[in-house]
Amino acid sequence: MSKNIKKYFPIFMLPTLLAFVIGFLVPFIMGIWLSFCKFTTVTDAKFVGLSNYRQAIADPEFMHAFWYTTAFVIVTVIVINVAAFAIAYMLTKKINGSNIFRSVFFMPNLIGGIILGWVWQLLLNSILAIWGKTIVYSPTYGFIGMVLLLCWQQIGYMMVIYIAGLQNIPGDYIEAAKVDGANSRQMLWRIILPSMMPSITICSFLTITNGFKMFDQNLALTNGAPSKMSELLALNIFNTFYGRNGFEGVGQAKAVIFFIAVAVIAVIQNRLTTRKEVQA
Amino acid sequence: MTKKVKHPVFWTVFFSLVSLAYIFPILLVFLNSFKKKAYISREPFGIPMGKQFVGLDNYVNGIEKTDFFQAFGWTLFITVASVLVIILCCSMCAWYIMRVKNALTSGFYLLCLFSMVVPFQMVMFTLSKIVDMLQLNTPWGLIIVYLGYGAGLSVFIFSGFVKSIPLDIEEAAMIDGCTPIQTFFQVVLPIMKPTCVTVAILQAMWIWNDYLLPYLCLDIKKYKTISIAIQYLKGGYGSVDMGAMMGCLVLAIVPIIVFYLFCQKYIIEGVVSGAVKG
Repeated sequence: MSKNIKKYFPIFMLPTLLAFVIGFLVPFIMGIWLSFCKFTTVTDAKFVGLSNYRQAIADPEFMHAFWYTTAFVIVTVIVINVAAFAIAYMLTKKINGSNIFRSVFFMPNLIGGIILGWVWQLLLNSILAIWGKTIVYSPTYGFIGMVLLLCWQQIGYMMVIYIAGLQNIPGDYIEAAKVDGANSRQMLWRIILPSMMPSITICSFLTITNGFKMFDQNLALTNGAPSKMSELLALNIFNTFYGRNGFEGVGQAKAVIFFIAVAVIAVIQNRLTTRKEVQA
Repeated sequence: MTKKVKHPVFWTVFFSLVSLAYIFPILLVFLNSFKKKAYISREPFGIPMGKQFVGLDNYVNGIEKTDFFQAFGWTLFITVASVLVIILCCSMCAWYIMRVKNALTSGFYLLCLFSMVVPFQMVMFTLSKIVDMLQLNTPWGLIIVYLGYGAGLSVFIFSGFVKSIPLDIEEAAMIDGCTPIQTFFQVVLPIMKPTCVTVAILQAMWIWNDYLLPYLCLDIKKYKTISIAIQYLKGGYGSVDMGAMMGCLVLAIVPIIVFYLFCQKYIIEGVVSGAVKG
């Protein structure tokens, strides 16, 4: 049968393959190559070795963005996952209106990052105006603002995944634990959490990568103000590319560092949480 | 695993309050969209009445400044067309690479997995140059870019499902004289319908809201999406017409919420079944 299908390569696989090569593979490989070059457009690239990487690491704004983003990811991953799990845990019990609550919490995910950024700029500036300040008063304000925004947006998404996970725990486990006399805290830590590890793996992967990649919300909410101190990595890389002439190579080198950091962290996280999964 | 909770009334009240707080940011935008520009920053929490109330001025102003309906049309076109193309091409591709095993297909599968952890910043500069070079900087060309960039996740999800389809069904169809094309469209694709819905929802949520890819790839003098149009309200020197902004924000949010109310069940199911391990 396989041979019979094989002839149909141009119809089945070629369109996707071509688009993938244009849309991902070629830009990716060229990106790696260009990170070792000096260039302003793609055609005038000259090989310069590691100099772009040296400049990228020596850039204090980039290093600031790096640590700022790391702190941001740590805070959001913990807050989003704990809150989403807690809400999911409560909403799977018999509470009046839990379907409505679920819909409300999920809703922000459908709205784009740029729009949410402006919505929250209005809200936060309105509240801060009471003390005569704005969101761009200090990088800490921007940090808290972005944490609130991302949590508000993503708790619903992760909650939905956790609810599905909770509903898939076999009833026998719960019954058996009850018969053995487990109290509700033991039930949570010994039965529910271990059987939820697949969901936890997925949600922590999603929150980590979403946190690192966050761009739109940053652009619309603070745009890096004051003086680039609230820039997350993605925005810093964008500004290096398009904000300063002659720094395209440095921007590409930063992008490669960014990519490696995200990939390494995603792999480590996946290993760590997958190891804790139990066979159901 | 549903069971009774202590104090059910307390929890209902508690979650009602949290829900109210949750929709408050959007209510605030809605409220301010009817207010005179000067009062938006001065009295953001006030009800728009009397001299503060401006009727639909902010909306009219916002629509004029951003050419909102055109942006809406392009966003709708790009999203719907890209999603349809992605579903058709990626489902066919996923079936092919699962049924024909050779170096190319397994290599492509691994590349698809790999592409999911690559942040967009890694390829954005080179991608935008290539798009310009190939003249794909129109909404039609963008469909190809979205197919290529979205192929990773879609092929991955489709392949996961194809693995679970028993070979016997397809073999029976082929023995009865179906060509692979007939087999795919008359036997495989109907079985894959739920997966198509999942992929469609995940990709539509992403493409509709995407800002950076269309911003870099489209010829934005001619074509804008909603996100680009809204970000463009911010002038070169950081001044923003908050009145027009409020109007546009409401116009951008309301259609999505209406859509969500009708398709909620599918959207949430799609997100859940799309939550495969990356």
